[in-house]
Amino acid sequence: MGHSLHLTVDGQEHTLVVDSRTTLLDALRDRLGVMSAKKGCDHGQCGACTVLVDGRRLNSCLALALTHDGAEVTTADGLAPEGELSTLHRAFLALDAFQCGYCTPGQVCSAAGMLAEAADDAPSVVTEDLEGPVELSEEEIRERMSGNLCRCGAYVNIVAAVSRAAEESR
Amino acid sequence: MNPFDFERATDTAGAVASVADRPDAVFLAGGTNLVDHLKLGVAEPALVVDINRLDLTDIEELADGGLRIGAMVRNSDAAADPRIRRDYPMLSRALLSGASGQLRNAATMGGNLLQRTRCVYFQDTTTPCNKREPGSGCSAIGGYTRYHAILGASADCVATHPSDMAVALTALDAEVVVLGPTGERRIPVTELHRLPGDRPEQDTVLEHGELITALELPCARMGRSTYRKIRDRASYAFALVSVAARVDVDASGPAPIIRETSIALGGVAHKPWRARAAEAVLRGAEPTAETFLAAADAELEAAEPLEGNSFKIPMTRGAITTVLAELTGASEDLPETTTEDAHE
Amino acid sequence: MSDLLTTTSVGTHQVRLDGPDKVRGRAPYAYEHPLTDPLYLYPLQAEIARGRAAHIDASAAEAAEGVVYVLTADNAPELASTDDGELAILRSAEIGFRGQYLGAVIATTPEQARHAAELVDITYDQDDHDVELREDHPAAREPESGSGDVRTGDVDTALAEAAVSIDERYSTPMEHNNPMEPHTTVARWDGDSLTLWTSTQGVHPARSTLAPVLGVEQEKIRIISPHVGGGFGSKGLPHADMMLTALAAQAVPGRPVKYAVTRQQMFSITGYRAPTLQHIRLGARADGTLTAFAYDAISMSSQTKEFPEESTKPGRMMYAGDNRRLTQRVVPLDVPVPSWMRAPGEAPGMVGLEIAMDELAVAAGLDPIELRVRNDPTTDPDTGLPFNQRRLVDCLREGADRFGWEKRNPQPRTRQENGWFIGMGVASATYPAGRQPGSVARIRRTPEGFEVSIGAADLGTGTWTVLSQTAADALGVPIGQVDLRIGDTALPNATVAGGSTGLASWSTAIVSAAQELRSEHGADPAIGAEAQGEAEANPAAEKFALHSFGAHFAEVRIQPTTGEIRLDRMFGMFSAGQIVNPSTARSQLIGGMTMGVGMALHEKGELDPRFGHVVNHDLAEYHVPVNADITDIEADWLDEKDPHAGPLGARGVGEIGIVGAAAAIANAAFNATGVRVRDLPIFGDAFLPT
Repeated sequence: MGHSLHLTVDGQEHTLVVDSRTTLLDALRDRLGVMSAKKGCDHGQCGACTVLVDGRRLNSCLALALTHDGAEVTTADGLAPEGELSTLHRAFLALDAFQCGYCTPGQVCSAAGMLAEAADDAPSVVTEDLEGPVELSEEEIRERMSGNLCRCGAYVNIVAAVSRAAEESR
Repeated sequence: MNPFDFERATDTAGAVASVADRPDAVFLAGGTNLVDHLKLGVAEPALVVDINRLDLTDIEELADGGLRIGAMVRNSDAAADPRIRRDYPMLSRALLSGASGQLRNAATMGGNLLQRTRCVYFQDTTTPCNKREPGSGCSAIGGYTRYHAILGASADCVATHPSDMAVALTALDAEVVVLGPTGERRIPVTELHRLPGDRPEQDTVLEHGELITALELPCARMGRSTYRKIRDRASYAFALVSVAARVDVDASGPAPIIRETSIALGGVAHKPWRARAAEAVLRGAEPTAETFLAAADAELEAAEPLEGNSFKIPMTRGAITTVLAELTGASEDLPETTTEDAHE
Repeated sequence: MSDLLTTTSVGTHQVRLDGPDKVRGRAPYAYEHPLTDPLYLYPLQAEIARGRAAHIDASAAEAAEGVVYVLTADNAPELASTDDGELAILRSAEIGFRGQYLGAVIATTPEQARHAAELVDITYDQDDHDVELREDHPAAREPESGSGDVRTGDVDTALAEAAVSIDERYSTPMEHNNPMEPHTTVARWDGDSLTLWTSTQGVHPARSTLAPVLGVEQEKIRIISPHVGGGFGSKGLPHADMMLTALAAQAVPGRPVKYAVTRQQMFSITGYRAPTLQHIRLGARADGTLTAFAYDAISMSSQTKEFPEESTKPGRMMYAGDNRRLTQRVVPLDVPVPSWMRAPGEAPGMVGLEIAMDELAVAAGLDPIELRVRNDPTTDPDTGLPFNQRRLVDCLREGADRFGWEKRNPQPRTRQENGWFIGMGVASATYPAGRQPGSVARIRRTPEGFEVSIGAADLGTGTWTVLSQTAADALGVPIGQVDLRIGDTALPNATVAGGSTGLASWSTAIVSAAQELRSEHGADPAIGAEAQGEAEANPAAEKFALHSFGAHFAEVRIQPTTGEIRLDRMFGMFSAGQIVNPSTARSQLIGGMTMGVGMALHEKGELDPRFGHVVNHDLAEYHVPVNADITDIEADWLDEKDPHAGPLGARGVGEIGIVGAAAAIANAAFNATGVRVRDLPIFGDAFLPT
């Protein structure tokens, strides 16, 4: 029951044959050996598998790989091309925005996607004026990062790191 | 997960034909619910028809001032659409209070309406569930019911519909446009979802093979509206209770009068619950705390809580009155309740 | 008193050394080591709580595409020891809890393995089961591995004569560790040698536990675990998933078999915090000084293997009082095996005790901080020994200042903003300052500096970083010259990362190895020179009661019409000796407090008594805090070194952050509303009119 699939992952092109049941996450981890995207719950309930698909943050565990045939997938590793850490990566490091590190690549991808959404003035549920420009207050960051669980409890530092990255990339 | 065939639909009619032809075929949109169910064994299709490449992603203004939203518009895109933010803030807020940023980027408008209950027994194939396996029994009755219904349930099913968006669409009198093997039809969202009765396996009135292609919102530049969600954590959780409310107050007379209102509730029933009894109390009445309480009580008169979710009655009452006070600017000065011994 | 190390790197901020890899997702966790030709395992699990798997028909599974092997009790390899009921899997058809492993399918792809497992047809003989913990359960008994009862003086008379007293019942629910990385094992047999890439808080302890069960010499087993995606106790002891994978892999020698436990399976396989019922009676003089202290607690245990969640532990040493009685019982039921979860005993115990102290403060008309100050004992009430450094009162006073405690109105339900009631609460924290003997470190001089090897674990605790800092100071070199190796049984023995003992135990070994290196090879050892050092038992444990202390302060808001309860802010002040790395220590303390918020407001495994399993067994239904729940949490500590903890003067901070945190929130909720919640978690329901 093989189907052909073409993916660009962190700038590298791959053509492979997958089972129709294979999720994008399992294609990355089990087929391509791309381990930056993590499996925490496999049901869209934790965010550890968050990657950027054509620039938007998605839970790769709830996407069939075949749905994304031809897509460009970026993991947290791909956000650091040639090993050059991005502003976000550096803020996470400097502010100790992780402990065990397992949710971290998902947090980084989610933050990257979220910063782009906010730059487009996409509102969140805590945005008071739905039509106004988005100010990335701590409250906004907390809400927008709530799709990424961290059991070590690094939220306070994650908010600080995302806030710093937002300021630096402004 | 059973093996299944995979087909990528390129046109809407073809997608409908593919699914209609086979009783064991399903549409795959954002996947946030179906892929979950494939893994759990809750859904076991033999053919998955992927509709992600269908051209159903436009949001267009209608001649009557309403809005038509393609079924494959992603929840996040709808929530951020300037026209929806301006004219339907209740819908925008409902969308934004659902799930997480990354799930909203995947979930579609059509798919969100058709998501299935989060009843833990429905999702657990090792326990009986009439919705998943008709005739096997309802495990929720006598079990864990925190997220279950207090209105319109049956002896066969006490599940709730989990969507926030659908609650707003219910209050907005939206319609869905549906394409089936025999043609197109339109269904008001208030009539799309069913109460469980003795056929809880049937969530909606859609026939096999029918595909939602668009949602249509009537012109809504009237009054103030919002969406309020009560949940166990501050984000990324399903509603215990939610309220979508729109209120238009006529302040031209000596005392303000509620000219028009529409209210829908989430988390309380097998379908998004249009609160018509509450609306009837409010219409033509003065916006006061007493009126709000009477409206809430009128709606909750029919409530039948389960062991384990009776808290939803005061919670729903509180949510309705708080939202109405906020929308009308009236005082929320309810009679002080004594809760000292609530936990004795 | 041991000589304290002169510190240069220790005590300073150091960015995590494993950080650059972790932020990119390049640090390999158990599932992620590049291995050739892996196979995938999916387990078979019991769907009844008690009875037998009368017949297992695996024929359809065996015929399914990609299936390599189906393991059941019928073909499972013999075990050398069945003493550990949790690990002695697949011995018979007997079923002791719902979710118990009955076998496994190995296939070429994960999709094939999971599908084939669904094709296995299991017929059950079902017996009645009992999974309900209650205070009057006839099976309640003293735990075999407990700390024993305490009976001093005449509690009943003292209670009857007390000027002020409280008599209340408290409960904590089933809670699940839920580290973000699910428990994962990759097993490969090469001849009679076994390699496990697994997710564990201790490679050596895991090996010494598994070897006698498998009947394999320890030297034949290698366990590799350089990075662990959280554990919180659940990866401290090997669970059945590790055994299952090791057994199944025997059928496919030479090929790695991968098994990542699913999130749902974790709720029945990888341990959990057992629920507790606590009956607490306190009696005091009018000035608040305790005269009677009665604490009777029961926790759920498993018929499969005993685990006592000793909530009475902190009650033994927290407060003064002449007449004392503490009893601890367990009720073995047909449930999965409970295990360690962050501060086992202390975390649930300091819920009951610290809410009870708040209630006593109300009854005595005292400020809850003052009540605790008046009952601060000079010697350990349990052992009679002096404390190492009992600075609870300093933590309470300093914390109160920093938090703004003086703004609290002791009268509940008096502060309201925008319709929300706001209140403040306080609770004490404590955790033993343990140090385990037996860890060994080896240091070797290399051209670049020093290679420091010890089989320690980093589960987010900062071990990579703080042990490098320790080694740098022990060797008197910059941290850049230290090349640390951990997480592998090929390295010298290390004790478990548990009970907040890791840092004190491992650092003692490293300091000792550095001393050995100097004494054997001089101040400037030649390249290739090496030495080993071992951590001995802490001699101070004979003379002192060794503990850390702290104080939590919380402010919550509650919407009375909808019941919503949210944390506004929280502050924790701790006494934990020398802080080795302020960055990682602060993170650990805040992390513990964050888990305490979950304990207070969200977490509860809903065990359905009809079925015998936790029905909200995923992260959508079992709520842990999300980012939006954690508005403002800060932690700080007293500037100190503990002369009795070890060469660094440092005590571990992995657990104390959660101890007392939930009680501070419950006490704040009472101050906000006047509603006293004694059963965790605090759902909004409690604040709604009935």
